Amino acid sequence: MIKIVAAEFDPFAEVQDYQKQFTQTGKYGATNLFIGTMRDFNEGDKVQGMNLEHYPGMTEKQLALVVAEAEEKWSLLDALVIHRVGDVYPDDVLVLVAIWSVHRGDAFDASRFIMEELKSSVPFWKKEILADDNSRWVAKNTDGYL
Amino acid sequence: MTVAIKIRYFASLKESLGRDSDSLDFVQAMSVAEVWKKAVPDQDMPENTLAAVNMEYVTIDYQVLDGDELAFFPPVTGG
Repeated sequence: MIKIVAAEFDPFAEVQDYQKQFTQTGKYGATNLFIGTMRDFNEGDKVQGMNLEHYPGMTEKQLALVVAEAEEKWSLLDALVIHRVGDVYPDDVLVLVAIWSVHRGDAFDASRFIMEELKSSVPFWKKEILADDNSRWVAKNTDGYL
Repeated sequence: MTVAIKIRYFASLKESLGRDSDSLDFVQAMSVAEVWKKAVPDQDMPENTLAAVNMEYVTIDYQVLDGDELAFFPPVTGG
């Protein structure tokens, strides 16, 4: 499941709620959680907040493609990806990637893949608000899963 | 035959152009790069600009069709 949310969310509660709907119990041996949280510094500057812009429709579509690619590469039982948009502040959770699989290797590798691909191909853009109230777009990009 | 498309701009590109969309009508088939030149004649497309048609990534030589939604945006920075 993929969710784009505009309000603060608790990743642990989300995982717990999501797991409750599982009908096939006893099948997964591994759950891997990645949680990305907003820092209060970047590139040597203090950051007081950010605005996360996205492209409604395309963001969900690209994220679904990334998850589908991970499902082709590894043996996964389920995936839950939640990404925050809008105004965010230090300590806010920005992204959750939860993967369920039979064995740990698939869950670890698929999580890393989804995060790297998300950061390099899914339409989200961060604009930082610095301590002096000036703002700047985050320009640095990653190369994807290598 | 007239081709009518919608163009959308995001993030720093939207900010520097001062608008988030354009509508364009033209009679000849056009590539993504040619659409940029028509829509933003006073500015070259920044080198790292990404383009998507109907929410899928395309290269700048992709030919747009009637009714397409073409988006231009800078490198993505989510996560």
